[in-house]
Amino acid sequence: MDQAPTARLLVIIPALNEEESLPQVLADLRVAVPHADVLVVNDGSTDRTAHVARAGGALVLDLALNLGVGGAMRAGFRFAQREGYDVAVQVDADGQHDPADLQRMLDALVAEQADVLIGARFAGRGAYAVRGARRWAMTVLAFVLSRIAGTRLTDTTSGFRAANRRAIDLFAAEYPAEYLGDTIESLVIACRAGLRVRQVGVEMRPRAGGAPSQSPVKAAVFLGRALLAMLIALSRPMTEREVRR
Amino acid sequence: MSGYAFALGACVLLVGFLVVLLRTRRLREKYAVAWIVVGVGVCVFGAFPGAVEWLARVVGVQTPSNLLFALALIVLLLVCIQLSAEITTLEEETRTIVEEVALLRLDVERALLRSVAGDAELPLPADGYSPLDAAAPLDGVPADHVGASLDPAAPGDGETSA
Repeated sequence: MDQAPTARLLVIIPALNEEESLPQVLADLRVAVPHADVLVVNDGSTDRTAHVARAGGALVLDLALNLGVGGAMRAGFRFAQREGYDVAVQVDADGQHDPADLQRMLDALVAEQADVLIGARFAGRGAYAVRGARRWAMTVLAFVLSRIAGTRLTDTTSGFRAANRRAIDLFAAEYPAEYLGDTIESLVIACRAGLRVRQVGVEMRPRAGGAPSQSPVKAAVFLGRALLAMLIALSRPMTEREVRR
Repeated sequence: MSGYAFALGACVLLVGFLVVLLRTRRLREKYAVAWIVVGVGVCVFGAFPGAVEWLARVVGVQTPSNLLFALALIVLLLVCIQLSAEITTLEEETRTIVEEVALLRLDVERALLRSVAGDAELPLPADGYSPLDAAAPLDGVPADHVGASLDPAAPGDGETSA
């Protein structure tokens, strides 16, 4: 427990039509990190997501339009920045991420002096596995991003992340809304801004519904789009904010 | 020769139409400039067909009409790119506004709750309804639920937010 008790923690949950799984996630979070504030960013849901989030004791950012995960997360980071939170953690609303891993991630954030900490699947913990072509695609992404980050990253598309104040400031201004921008491009942005990106292994629970596709064609499309997103992110001119460091 | 007259007339009409759109502010100047340049250019070519033949000789195109087609394609391509860029800007602006509105909404909700509770420590409504629900019911929330829940949870709140 390196985390100072005074560190203010915000859990950001981007949610799109997750009224089924959200109450359980909120309940788990209250047990795992009782001192944290929870912010559900309702990304234009058509169901009662905002309602169940308020009922679960969370703060709710109601986006009037669907902006995608990137837009929802930037809104969350802006909130974190304005309210002066020290650490912001992104957790998926579908119950895939186990809040019990959160404290380990927070400890690692401090211990490794990281600015961004990824809760990674395939890092020696948990039984979660992706097979076939999609796995190959993720391996390629992990290899390239590991080189960029200068550390070994095994799960670059994980949405389970912790960000400290430096990262919050960066992400509040620059969090891409592109496809895969919330995962891959945001990592590239963080690395280019000189932030330290590290990972710890986490267990991943199976999704409540809807298995990810194993089709090789879809995996190829995924890899293509992901690599394109990464190349564009790498070729973007450095913004003033990034250069300033 | 009548073909040239037709082309010339069409171009004059086009430029006139653009000017009307501009004057009624249905077209912003930054989009109209490209079209006006094109319209004037085509007017010139329509009035002096020899200019095209001269230009084709200068740039080394054998058939003058092909030069016109090529130029037209290039102009359309550039306009499409300009529009894509503008849409990108618009989407980014929309995104920023949506985020900002959501942040403001949360601020207003908390301010309302605070004023109702008269307490700096903010209590969240246990029933899950926002104090703003009466003003703007959420999708999927039956209207009678909204009204029913507001009364016991936050007396007087309905008037504040309505």
